[in-house]
Amino acid sequence: MQRIKKVLVASSLSVIIGTGAMLTSNVMADASKESSDIEAMIAEGKKIAFNRKKGNCLACHEIKGGVLPGNIGPILISIKARFPDKSKLREQIWDASIAKPDTIMVPFGRHKVLTEDEIDKVVEFIYSL
Amino acid sequence: MKYCLILLMLLVSSIVQATTPEEDLKNFRDYYLNLFAEKGVKLNDFKDGVYSIDKVSRESWEAVEEFPPYEIAIDEGKTLFQTPFTNGKTYASCFKNEGKGIRQDYPYFDAKTNQVKTLEMEINECREANGEKPLKWKKGDIAKISAYMAFTSRGNKMNVIIPQDNPEAIKWYERGRKHFYAKRGQLNLSCANCHKDAAGKKIRADVLSPALGHVTHFPVYRSKWGNLGTLHRRYGGCNKQVRALPFPAQSEEYRALEYFHSYMSNGIEVNGPGARK
Ligand code: HEC
Ligand code: HEC
Repeated sequence: MQRIKKVLVASSLSVIIGTGAMLTSNVMADASKESSDIEAMIAEGKKIAFNRKKGNCLACHEIKGGVLPGNIGPILISIKARFPDKSKLREQIWDASIAKPDTIMVPFGRHKVLTEDEIDKVVEFIYSL
Repeated sequence: MKYCLILLMLLVSSIVQATTPEEDLKNFRDYYLNLFAEKGVKLNDFKDGVYSIDKVSRESWEAVEEFPPYEIAIDEGKTLFQTPFTNGKTYASCFKNEGKGIRQDYPYFDAKTNQVKTLEMEINECREANGEKPLKWKKGDIAKISAYMAFTSRGNKMNVIIPQDNPEAIKWYERGRKHFYAKRGQLNLSCANCHKDAAGKKIRADVLSPALGHVTHFPVYRSKWGNLGTLHRRYGGCNKQVRALPFPAQSEEYRALEYFHSYMSNGIEVNGPGARK
């Protein structure tokens, strides 16, 4: 019985890690790049996040450096503490309904509001907050 | 076996219609009364839309209402309403009580045609019955005539009727309810997400109005439009905002939405036309 449980846990873990790896594959590749590349991604991610026609995250979130923020979602701050696992952060932005089925946050990846590349950049920016 | 059938029927009916319009109305009202209880907002206060819950914007709105930007449109609407058609008849001949003080009864379900009829729809039907061309739906003369008719109804309480024993009427109502709660567009947001779940919160710099009381002040003069627009013009704008394709004004979809949306404001005073940002 105990063993079956272990196997179950292990296999479900591998599923989670599997999808996690899928979601983070781009991010992981980036991690190996120079930190100046990261800086550039953060800067681009910020532009995408603040652009009304792109992320428009300020519609719902207060974010440092952004003007006229809404307050439908929480203030985006201390993100590393909130999301030690970067893939979870990416998941939140890609499709917030995975974590909270009745969320009103826009599913930026699932509905192709942003491209995968744009999401990677936004993740870097948000992760830097 | 018999019991099984009864059970099955019960189950099916509860899936088809979980709540009655009356229950929906009570839940809808209670939700907002509860949400804004701390601010002391009463049912009838919701007629002022976002200004019923946001003190800051209320002040500038009150200043605007001292010299209402829709005043000329009401006068023009009155003139249009009273000017005889080429056959000598007027709009008054098409409506009960000669068209005065009737705004609160719209939209209504017409059992003869199985249609939900809006006020604007009947304005155009009246024209066509009298040999005139119909007006464009979203702004201009139709909005002015509608504004005048709303003005003569100020103070009357919204009184939209859903005949509960008529399955066709219930179908219209359910279609509108579905539109209100269904997520749509690339941004995946429902009317309820913004005007119920997030009512009172800020989206960018705008405070989101409660859907309760939404319809009472239409047509509305919006400074953004620079003129008067009908409720369906606003529906189109809010559909586009979430990157969804808007439906045509007076389409079945929007009439169904107006039917549900207006029923939810029953008991609140008509105060149209209104002024908005
Ligand atoms: C329509 C409103 C809306 C928009 C637009 C929006 N969010 Fe959100 N967001 C929310 C809400 C509401 C939550 C609260 C959790 C939930 O419901 O998923 C949230 C939660 C989050 C969280 C988790 C915060 C925490 O501390 O738990 C992150 C990170 C986030 N959003 C990032 C973003 C980014 C990045 C964008 C722009 C690309 C964005 N959001 C756009 C509504 C929105
Ligand atoms: C992304 C959020 C959002 C969604 C989704 C949305 N609206 Fe709006 N709506 C707004 C904003 C912002 C305003 C202007 C401020 C206000 O009055 O709430 C507005 C205004 C309105 C008004 C005018 C209110 C008044 O007092 O004059 C009506 C009516 C309305 N919306 C109906 C709807 C309906 C019906 C739907 C669904 C088809 C819908 N909205 C979907 C954001 C939204």
